[in-house]
Amino acid sequence: MRGIRKWGPGLLLVSPSLVALGLFVYFFIGWNAKVSLTESRGYVIDDRFVGLQQYKRLFADETFHNDVRNLAIFTVVFICGSLLFGLALALLMDKGVRGENALRSIYLFPMAISFIATGIVWRWLLNSDTGAGTTGLNDVLGLAGIHSDWHNAQSKWAVAAIALPAGWALSGYVMALFLAGLRGVPEELREAARVDGASETKVYWHVVRPLLLPVLMSALVILAHISLKTFDLIWAIAPLDPRTETPALLMYREAFRGGFYGRGAAIATILFFGISLLAVPYIWYTMRKERGR
Amino acid sequence: MSKTLRHLALFGAAVFFLMPVYVLVVTSLKSAGEVDVGNMWALPKSLSLETFAAVWPKLDKGMLNSLILAVPASLISSLLGAANGFVLAKWRFPGADIVFPVILFGMFIPYQAIIIPMFYVMSAIGMYGGLDGLILVHIIYGLPITTLIFRSYFSGLSDELIEAARVDGAGMLRTFVLIGLPLALPAFAVSMIWQFTSTWNDFLFGVILTLPEFSPVTVALNNIAGAQTVPFNQAMASAFLASVPTLIVYLLLGRFFMRGLMAGALKG
Amino acid sequence: MAEINRRQLLAIGAGVSALAVLPSCSPSQSEQKPDEKKVEVFSWWSGPGEQEGLDALTANFKKNNPGVEFVNAAVAGGSGTQARSVLAARLQGNQPPDSYQLHAGLEAADDIKANRLEDITYLYEANGWKSKFPSGLIEKLSIGGKIYAVPVNIHRSNLMWFVPGKLQEWGITPAKTWAEVLTQATALAAKGVKALSVGAPWTQLHLLENVLLGELGTAKYNGLWDGKTDWKGADVVKALDTFKSLLAVSVVGTDDWQPTLDKVLGGQAAYHVMGDWAAGYLQGAKALKYKTGYDVTASPGTAGVYNFLADSFTLPKGAPHKVYAEAWLKECASVEGQDLFNPLKGSVPARLDADKSKYKDYLASALQDWQNQSTVVVGSLVHGVVANNAFKSEIEKAYGIFVQDKDSAKFAAAVSKAYTDTSK
Repeated sequence: MRGIRKWGPGLLLVSPSLVALGLFVYFFIGWNAKVSLTESRGYVIDDRFVGLQQYKRLFADETFHNDVRNLAIFTVVFICGSLLFGLALALLMDKGVRGENALRSIYLFPMAISFIATGIVWRWLLNSDTGAGTTGLNDVLGLAGIHSDWHNAQSKWAVAAIALPAGWALSGYVMALFLAGLRGVPEELREAARVDGASETKVYWHVVRPLLLPVLMSALVILAHISLKTFDLIWAIAPLDPRTETPALLMYREAFRGGFYGRGAAIATILFFGISLLAVPYIWYTMRKERGR
Repeated sequence: MSKTLRHLALFGAAVFFLMPVYVLVVTSLKSAGEVDVGNMWALPKSLSLETFAAVWPKLDKGMLNSLILAVPASLISSLLGAANGFVLAKWRFPGADIVFPVILFGMFIPYQAIIIPMFYVMSAIGMYGGLDGLILVHIIYGLPITTLIFRSYFSGLSDELIEAARVDGAGMLRTFVLIGLPLALPAFAVSMIWQFTSTWNDFLFGVILTLPEFSPVTVALNNIAGAQTVPFNQAMASAFLASVPTLIVYLLLGRFFMRGLMAGALKG
Repeated sequence: MAEINRRQLLAIGAGVSALAVLPSCSPSQSEQKPDEKKVEVFSWWSGPGEQEGLDALTANFKKNNPGVEFVNAAVAGGSGTQARSVLAARLQGNQPPDSYQLHAGLEAADDIKANRLEDITYLYEANGWKSKFPSGLIEKLSIGGKIYAVPVNIHRSNLMWFVPGKLQEWGITPAKTWAEVLTQATALAAKGVKALSVGAPWTQLHLLENVLLGELGTAKYNGLWDGKTDWKGADVVKALDTFKSLLAVSVVGTDDWQPTLDKVLGGQAAYHVMGDWAAGYLQGAKALKYKTGYDVTASPGTAGVYNFLADSFTLPKGAPHKVYAEAWLKECASVEGQDLFNPLKGSVPARLDADKSKYKDYLASALQDWQNQSTVVVGSLVHGVVANNAFKSEIEKAYGIFVQDKDSAKFAAAVSKAYTDTSK
């Protein structure tokens, strides 16, 4: 009983959140999973179970394959791009630069802007017209002679172009995470390595890098789940376009444009499981690391 | 790498980040006839704030609604997150290690998937139409990230202060309010900024859960930018105006955001 | 500790599975509020022209129904998709608006099947509307012999836009058939000009439906949507091949229709196939004069055919203010209302007895065509007239694959299968 008096209030304080999330997350996921086992169309929830029919059909659906492929390309380009760019910026800033506050604000502000607003501008910047009609980013790249045509109407890699605005929005945040990590490395540690005769590169590799690993992990998970969920951005730039469609958009399209509620629910369930595949190892890793502390 | 080169690279990156802003502002200042994808980089022929004046009446109500929405939603969600984070890091109960992932998981659900059940539940409990329901939803879906932020932050603090309070016989709530909260200010900066911007920028929940009178600004923005005949100068001007509050928050509080991150909020 | 953990895990599992049984329970019914003087109208009209039109219509509604508050619930985006998702949630949760916008035709099929719409044939009978609208239109509006919507306006899909001065310069006259477009394309290519300008996927489908209409003729075109024309037939596949050849001589962009049309104005391409809302853009934002600055003709092979789409309003079941919703529908159907709305929206009135003097330039000729007894009326696919949501969505999906693999026969087979699957 003395135990309960000790930790009871804590549990009590957390329980409203738990109840709310139980309803708004787990109950809804369950609801959704249930709908995915039916043929529900339009607004009518069809109570007859059809087992895994929806999933079977989905796995045979060429559009779904196309969208999964798009998602894979987008995820890889977006995550690698943002991580590398963010890390590069953080490393460049680590030593301190003039106007650091101003620069940091500039790098971070895209995070403050909604994907709808981001999409409005980037839809123009990513214009792929060629010749006399060349405009947008290509106009600028043209100055350097590296005019790109890989995201045009026929390209199979167009979805990678979406990684550009997504990276624009989030690499500043990645920079901030890394910079916080870098600044968290005690100067004495670096100094000690330098005294031992290590070059600056070696200091980064042997002293700083291992300490950045946890930061990398959280950045990775945050970026990965954003990538799987990305919806408004693609919708604002190129709605209903097979070149850039990902499963999240297909889900919306099937459920609300075609009225295939059951099919949409199946896609959502798959998405959720995909995200869990990332989240579970991450949480497990963090918890284990903590216990080791 | 030489210092000049470093500065040059950082300056180049800044130009990249500001490029869309340039297009946004320049296009907003153009007249409807002058707007053309083909010459988006060109400066407007004459300066006029007409477009801004034209879209403002369509946005003002939404801006106010968003403000009434985002402030309490981010505040309450952060407070609850702080309480959760405090308990899960410093006042643990048996099973706390399971409760945390259970909360954190909420971050990962694809929102489009749950709008129908959410609407169903919200209208069943009489929370459909106004801002109260929308605030509630944003508080709830904010909990995973705010809990994560505060839990990481509190985990990084030493146990001594809290133990001292415990020994003094202070209860959990007292310890949390008097010792935990004041210590957690850096984490608050991160959590509030994060929540404010994500609530402000949300479109999906806002459009589904509110009647027109209470719609947030993103709904108005979408109505201007998503119409079948899009006046691009108006779309860009609205996008700019709708982003101003979050921009101000970032510019004013950006350094606290950084400080909070450095102090260990959101550390893996 | 470990033991408690396991027990808690089990509890969570049990909770989730118990909750998952719940979705079949019904929510509280929406309340009828007959005393409240209010009407909430849900649409996707928020752009220039359409919003002004809606405002004019509402002003007149308020004049005719003094003291009734008008709530304009507009959600734009994705040619109605965004509005659709909001509406789906509201109808599902039994919180319908008093009236909502639909494209006239089979777009209403799902809602009728789900028992969400009132049959408003009684309003047509009580107000004598049946004789006021073209009978062909009433036919297209009816589903299972009942009418569920009131059309406010008529748009035309099968139009081809061009700049007369440019065509003269290139030495060509507006093409009458798609074969002629392909011939012209060779000549144009020598001058560095493409035959057509196309943009985002929906503009491509818009072109596709009009190529099918032009190549197959009205009877076979109509048959595509009711199962009477075999999609896999040689003539359909041939028409799809023509479409493919057309894409090959087009400047294919990814933009929405305005920047795509801009390429015609800029002389990069000769034609753009788009609905008649383009007239408002060309005369408004671009300040061009009809016949001199821009001109338009029926898309190749469709002279004398009106490929229409119409915006219409409905009466949902359980509308909280039914009396005023009916008043709104009467407003939408009235000559006065339609003549206020349409000149601003850039469309023609659905009613036959509208005041012709209110329609100028392009709209004058459009109205003449619409009211001409010999004009054949067919419905648009892209704009929701001839296919229900499911079939249309499946066609869009199949098209997404088609643009990538360019396999006409496979596309035809996929659409044919989709028709069978979705007409069940």
